[in-house]
Amino acid sequence: MNKQKNYSKERRVKTALTVVFSIIAVVYVLPVVIVLLNSFKLNTFVKTATFALPTGEMWAGFTNFIKGMTFGNYPFLKSVLYTVIITLASTFLICLCTSMAAWYISRVNSRLCKIFYYLFVFSMVVPFQMVMFTLSKTADTLHLNTPYTIPIIYLGFGAGLAVFMFSGFVKAIPMEIEEAAAIDGCGPLRTFFNVVLPMLWPTMISVGILEIMWVWNDYLLPYLVLDRNEYMTISIHIQYLQGSYGAVDLGATMALILLSIIPVIVFYLTCQKHIIKGVAAGAVKG
Amino acid sequence: MKKAKKPEAGTVNSILIRRPIQRLFILFLAPTVAAFCIGFVYPFLKGAYLSFCQFTTTSDAQFIGIGNYIKALKDATFTHAFWYTAMFAVVSLVIINVLAFAVAYVLTMNIKGANLFRTVFFMPNLIGGIVLGYIWSMIFDGILSRYGTSILLDSRFGFWGLIILMCWQQIGYMMIIYIAGLQAVPEDMLEAARIDGANRWQTLWKVTIPNVMPSITICMFLTVTNSFKLFDQNLALTGGAPFTFETAADGTMVSVKQTEMLALNIYNTFYGQSANARGTAQAKAVIFFLLVAAISIFQLRATRSKEVQQ
Repeated sequence: MNKQKNYSKERRVKTALTVVFSIIAVVYVLPVVIVLLNSFKLNTFVKTATFALPTGEMWAGFTNFIKGMTFGNYPFLKSVLYTVIITLASTFLICLCTSMAAWYISRVNSRLCKIFYYLFVFSMVVPFQMVMFTLSKTADTLHLNTPYTIPIIYLGFGAGLAVFMFSGFVKAIPMEIEEAAAIDGCGPLRTFFNVVLPMLWPTMISVGILEIMWVWNDYLLPYLVLDRNEYMTISIHIQYLQGSYGAVDLGATMALILLSIIPVIVFYLTCQKHIIKGVAAGAVKG
Repeated sequence: MKKAKKPEAGTVNSILIRRPIQRLFILFLAPTVAAFCIGFVYPFLKGAYLSFCQFTTTSDAQFIGIGNYIKALKDATFTHAFWYTAMFAVVSLVIINVLAFAVAYVLTMNIKGANLFRTVFFMPNLIGGIVLGYIWSMIFDGILSRYGTSILLDSRFGFWGLIILMCWQQIGYMMIIYIAGLQAVPEDMLEAARIDGANRWQTLWKVTIPNVMPSITICMFLTVTNSFKLFDQNLALTGGAPFTFETAADGTMVSVKQTEMLALNIYNTFYGQSANARGTAQAKAVIFFLLVAAISIFQLRATRSKEVQQ
């Protein structure tokens, strides 16, 4: 009897918690909803009636989106395109190069390798402000200031965490498997791509997700490195629109913010499981 | 017996694996190392050297000793940014961790909809700092404009606004780490506590929390380093506003940005109005790096000692 009472009490507590958390969850998504509402509002009403529905005279239809496309004398889609190029190329380059480097470091394990390994680990604790001035000048000198070459900078500055995560995993792979492959006549290249890489896949996904999240949202590095007259990323574009003095069109900015959030949310909802796993792995190791 | 066998295994592995890989240095290690030198090693060393120089571009540097460091430490805007950042770090450390732990604790209680809640709470993490800053500046200004003020006019609004923003973004992240920690608490320990008559509160304090201590350490340090490195959100939400004027020690007027954090202060010194201040900016950056590195090393020690205990 007592047990049953306890049981029903616990169930009631859990139901109450579900209700409370549902309310919190609604509050949590409100900022995004407010962006959605304001992207359909005429500019003058964004500031005065931020939380109202865009009805009646406030309704702007899709004019904000149309205006936003060419707002600030720079086509927004071009920024999106460059962001996509930079993110995909950097992530691909980091995943490929650092996994190979991590394998080399753990298997060869010479003194030079150890030095580089500790340098990679060291680079993880260095904040970007320490190198930003000299890095942007170096990138300029070497002409790495385009979206097609900036992945090299990302590989250089972001190698630390990736090498660290990969070598942590490579060390856990039993050497016998690679020995067997070598006895069967595999060279290092085939051993790596056909034997080691498939085993590294889960770590590869975690690293890839962390890099995508970092590069896509990064502002300062591309802002300082890229040739600003020609190339913008989404973050730079939005900062440029809002940060410049004079007439800031909030309605159009909200439309662009909404457009930049949508792909992120779609990406999140489709790869949610991997993202959460990758974040947990990266945090625990970093 | 075993000892005699080991060197042999070592040679086999050396011939089969080590040497063939070593021959492919150019392919495996060289690309990463080359990029690493361009993207990190050279800028780092050059930056460290430039902090002792007077310069406006990297080519006209003149060695002047530790003058930049003295200027940096005497700079009222820098010390203000330091204390502001430190205060922000402490407040966000407490609020974010308490809330994230509470959320994670409830979500591991098997309540209905836990997965959906987890999805929702983590979502803000994927939105970039600049975009986050402008979303919230619109919201805060929407509220504050009714009272005839703005987030740019009062440093208290700027501070708490940034705290709210960071909570919104980071609670989900820390929650994920706490959930992983809470799920690893051995079930039989919790059951033993229950059989011994401990109530939920006692179980939480005496069994659960000691067991998730590693996660707590990680999250605490993550929130502190994140606060110290914070840049995008700070720039987008207030950009340092409001400004006040203070008289410096040598009698000149200095404009102090009330809500400017360390990273933004360094950036503004670098790319502000006077290009002559770049040496000072680089010195500030070195001090900033030493600060962040010290926190990270402290963290490494703390997590290591926890690992030994387990």
